[in-house]
Amino acid sequence: MVAENNRLKTEIAGISMKNPVMVASGTFGFGREYADFINIEELGAIVTKGTSLLPWPGNPPDRIAETPAGMLNAIGLQNDGVESLISEKLPWLRQFDVAVIVNVVGKTLDEYAEVARRLDGVPGICGLEINISCPNVKEGCIAFGTDAGMTAAVVGSVKAATKLPVIPKLSPNVTDIAAMAHVCEDSGADAVSLINTLMGTSIDAETRTFRLANITGGLSGPAIKPVALRMVWQAAGAVSIPVIGMGGISCAQDAVEFMLAGASAVQVGTANFINPNAGPKIARGIDDYLARHNFEHVKDIVGAVKSNNL
Amino acid sequence: MSIYNLPIISQEEAGRRTHKLVLRAPELAGACAPGQFVHVLCGTYHDPLLRRPISVHNADVKEGTITLLYEVKGRGTALLAAKRPGEYANVFGPLGQGFKLPNTCGSPILLLGGGIGSAPLYFLARRISETVGCQTSTFMLGAQNCDSMVCREEFAALGPDIRLATDDGSLGCRGFVTELFAEYLASSESSTPPLVYACGPTPMLKAVALIANKHNLPCQVSLEAKMACGVGACMSCVVRVKDGGGEKYVRCCKEGPVFDAKEVVW
Repeated sequence: MVAENNRLKTEIAGISMKNPVMVASGTFGFGREYADFINIEELGAIVTKGTSLLPWPGNPPDRIAETPAGMLNAIGLQNDGVESLISEKLPWLRQFDVAVIVNVVGKTLDEYAEVARRLDGVPGICGLEINISCPNVKEGCIAFGTDAGMTAAVVGSVKAATKLPVIPKLSPNVTDIAAMAHVCEDSGADAVSLINTLMGTSIDAETRTFRLANITGGLSGPAIKPVALRMVWQAAGAVSIPVIGMGGISCAQDAVEFMLAGASAVQVGTANFINPNAGPKIARGIDDYLARHNFEHVKDIVGAVKSNNL
Repeated sequence: MSIYNLPIISQEEAGRRTHKLVLRAPELAGACAPGQFVHVLCGTYHDPLLRRPISVHNADVKEGTITLLYEVKGRGTALLAAKRPGEYANVFGPLGQGFKLPNTCGSPILLLGGGIGSAPLYFLARRISETVGCQTSTFMLGAQNCDSMVCREEFAALGPDIRLATDDGSLGCRGFVTELFAEYLASSESSTPPLVYACGPTPMLKAVALIANKHNLPCQVSLEAKMACGVGACMSCVVRVKDGGGEKYVRCCKEGPVFDAKEVVW
């Protein structure tokens, strides 16, 4: 039983997890939707759907388009707001023995800080992931994550509003991911997670229309894995805070690759849609890998990729 | 709700680009309600990536089987159609809110299907007959042409009054199923308003809903939407519905796929 396995126990920025496999924001709701299918206590952590100060309606449909080995989404962060999280979703989640990280979104600096403030002291939350990278809303989010000065400002103001660990989620839609990770570290971030989706679009040639009502959306799934792996490696090399890696992880081998590149933990996202059991299965697969290669603990593989002999 | 690897009992063509897949699924057969769907893995490795939501065409509790009737539209359904008996289909479900069955047999029951949208109406008609004890008064089925009219013999076995419409007039009336519906209402001598159940392409459902709402008839429609998770987590498949004085997006996979026609913002 992976849940009782000391070899997989992971701590990131003070957040204790049974294993390093988390489920990514926006792909797992608030846990409830998947609790009928799987034992959510076998996950390292659940990162909730992005939560804003007030409810957000989201974008008009169609909101997704399938692409080769991937999908585009333009959900637009539809959510019921932070009060509904506190009064309905978190009390339900608290009955489970699993770490919960709340993903925070905002249109302004004040909104990010206010959501963080309202969540401070609420039982059942281990940390805040700050979404400065959603490509599908007109204000906030990616506007913060693609500008170093604004990234610093939002990380700083959230840090000032909470005692919880703060984990900015980085956008891949930047020129220098290492620099953005570095800015987060300098601004007081306790860890960084990356990557969010890559901005893209899809056109139906037969109807000569865009497939997404929002025109652009965020690309996820196996198709983005090589890009994500490269960025995680670059970010991990640039900072001393932990890096949480994600982007197209769908099996244990993918997860191990991210950890070898320097990720202390991983998030599984789009793969949940195909196999709701992907997270627990990947955790067990990492354990098999450790056994097969005689590693005593999962932390021993973090950053353990060998350099090429030139 | 569970994830199943279901043995394929049979797979056959049931019309133009339409396949009928029978799966051994004792648990699902007992759990499915008409209008619910299952989420089917069609690809093998990453591409096509997402599952395909397919409504349940029939669930036979005694035989322990479910039947899916689906149109081959793209690569996912083409891969599913290539699977043969002896192979397995990875499926989870049952998902979503199905049709609300009538409580009594007082009202005429109209089932309106467009194209592959007729598929779940067969299960609905059988279940109404088996559990409530009333027969469907009238089936109205529409399709592009004679070849794409699905399972009309199966429907005919469930009720004597079956009215057909095709776009090209190759079977039944030339025209749309909505015209059959309007004609029915114009000529009906029944003093009890009918209960209307409809499934098909969105433009057809919109037309059906407008007619039903105009006559203030109870009408349930089964909608389709681009879907990823199928369980309510990802918020991809939303439908715009009325919300007090305003409107909001709700999930087709969770709050639907069956909606009250009066609730939907068309």
